[in-house]
Amino acid sequence: MNIGWTSVARHYLQVVAFCFVVAVVTHLIWPSKGYFVQVGYALSVGTITWLVIEFGRHLVDEKHCHHAGDGGHGWPRGWRGLLLTALGIACGFMLGDPLGDLLFSFDTVSTPRDNRLSLAITVIAGGIATFYFHARGKAANMLAKIRAAERDASEAKLKLLETQLEPHMLFNTLANLRALITLDPPRAVTMLDRLNSYLRVTLAGSRALSHPLSAEFDRLGDYLELMAVRLGPRLRYTLDLPAPLRDVQVPPLLLQPLVENAIRHGIEPQVQGGEITVRARRDGARLTLDVCDTGAGIDPDSRPSEGGGFGLQQVKERLATVHGDEGVLRLTRLHDGGCCASISFPVAS
Amino acid sequence: MKHNALIAEDEPLLAQALQAELALAWPELEVVASVGDGRSAVREALRLLPQVLFLDIRMPGLDGLAAATELADAWPTDDAPLPQLVFVTAYDEYATRAFDAQAIDYILKPVQAERLARTVARLKKAVAMRRSAAVPGEDILASTLAQWRRLLSVAGGADAALESAAPLKFIAASEAGSSGATVHMVPIDDVQYFEAADKYVRVLTATREYLIRTPIKQLMPQLDASNFWQVHRAVVVRSDAIESVHRDDGGKLSLALHGRRESIPVSRLYAHLFRAM
Repeated sequence: MNIGWTSVARHYLQVVAFCFVVAVVTHLIWPSKGYFVQVGYALSVGTITWLVIEFGRHLVDEKHCHHAGDGGHGWPRGWRGLLLTALGIACGFMLGDPLGDLLFSFDTVSTPRDNRLSLAITVIAGGIATFYFHARGKAANMLAKIRAAERDASEAKLKLLETQLEPHMLFNTLANLRALITLDPPRAVTMLDRLNSYLRVTLAGSRALSHPLSAEFDRLGDYLELMAVRLGPRLRYTLDLPAPLRDVQVPPLLLQPLVENAIRHGIEPQVQGGEITVRARRDGARLTLDVCDTGAGIDPDSRPSEGGGFGLQQVKERLATVHGDEGVLRLTRLHDGGCCASISFPVAS
Repeated sequence: MKHNALIAEDEPLLAQALQAELALAWPELEVVASVGDGRSAVREALRLLPQVLFLDIRMPGLDGLAAATELADAWPTDDAPLPQLVFVTAYDEYATRAFDAQAIDYILKPVQAERLARTVARLKKAVAMRRSAAVPGEDILASTLAQWRRLLSVAGGADAALESAAPLKFIAASEAGSSGATVHMVPIDDVQYFEAADKYVRVLTATREYLIRTPIKQLMPQLDASNFWQVHRAVVVRSDAIESVHRDDGGKLSLALHGRRESIPVSRLYAHLFRAM
């Protein structure tokens, strides 16, 4: 059993404070007994009710309980919670009243009306107190959940940034730029501009939700041009975006991991290099984006490598966020070697 | 004194940059060929027989390590001494860490003049020493081979060494020609040798043949190094299984194993294991 004694003490202090308030009410009903006697009774009933509920919930199997935000034992779910509350109140009423009589030695003759009233007070007070603790626990829980979700979201953003801005890619590009500065300064300037616009979208892209396909293709053009500097004549590419599709919105750099995979698995391992084609087309109500290479093709035996596997996973997740089940990512082997990754999703006419 | 060099680097700009830096750091060095893949590197090196090889580790087709391993065996040592080998590597490859740890000279991309000057100084010294001919050719070959071996083991084993574990007692393998539904636990002492074949590694006992998918490079750190010797790029033998060593007319070594009829080729890089006592 895992009991956090600080939280127990905190709970009891709140119960005591609550009992003082209840005593005010009972003092108004039975003014003949002094206020502090009423406090004594309220404390007897309140303490027993609280003891039963506070420690009783630890007897309920954790799998029937809500998850507690602070890692302690949560509140029992559904009827178990109600039963525990009822049990606590019953014990409080049946044991607390006689305890009060015993402690304050009142031989009072209670009328049935008094008994009904004090039962009602116990039930209402117990109910309010339990509801208060329950609601507070729930709020704390929600807060913990929100914090976790925020953490997950920033982690996802960071991972997205890492795939789009892989250190290997960045440092290779910089190494090539460094060589260009002495060998061909005007080309170095052009390359630097490309890198600049690619970096800007990568760093802003993790914040923006979408941008038009025309911007997507421009940035893929930057990326491919940077890669073409590295790979030289081994990399050839075509970007094909029909004019009517230019304004379709897509998540920024959605296609980048697919292009990166095509380079890494299709072009880089090949001595003669290859060609990459990025194409947008429309089939009725659906838009299809293809990233095809003429490279080595998918090895049916290969296990997905770390970077590549994560890239695809990330494309799938981003697609699902926007289009749910309607967004599809498919990999096809081409029979002349090479591979096509196709994304398709519904688009408004 | 003119010297020749070959550069193998798949990124054309970086090859040009290296060549430009070399022209400043070592004007007497002529770059006779600059190629973009390992296969061309082997072909051109054997044709031109340069004194220095700059090999990029990561290249398409044949990588730098495989190219060097192939060259070690194919090099005509009677016509020209085995060249000085320098690996070229990008910043983030595991190799750089291993090279630094083992104090091995290498070239880091992008090439920096100061760093290159140190490499050039060492290369000049090594080439000059060989020219002086004060040392018998055989010893020079042996010492160059030892250097190549060290380079290859550090560069090749760099990432594998990170996951070295307790030596394997069994090899979990499927029998060759079977569906692979049954996995056999082959006791390590029954294995006569391992041989890399395409996507698999063949595991050969005295009577049977099994297949595993773990590449030799990953297998080596899991084997007891005193018991299992790599004798070739593609072959690891259990030392106790070796029956005899044969030398052919060209000086090439091969092994005969107990219980196996085929003979196992020994790479020049590993011939030092079988010198007569």
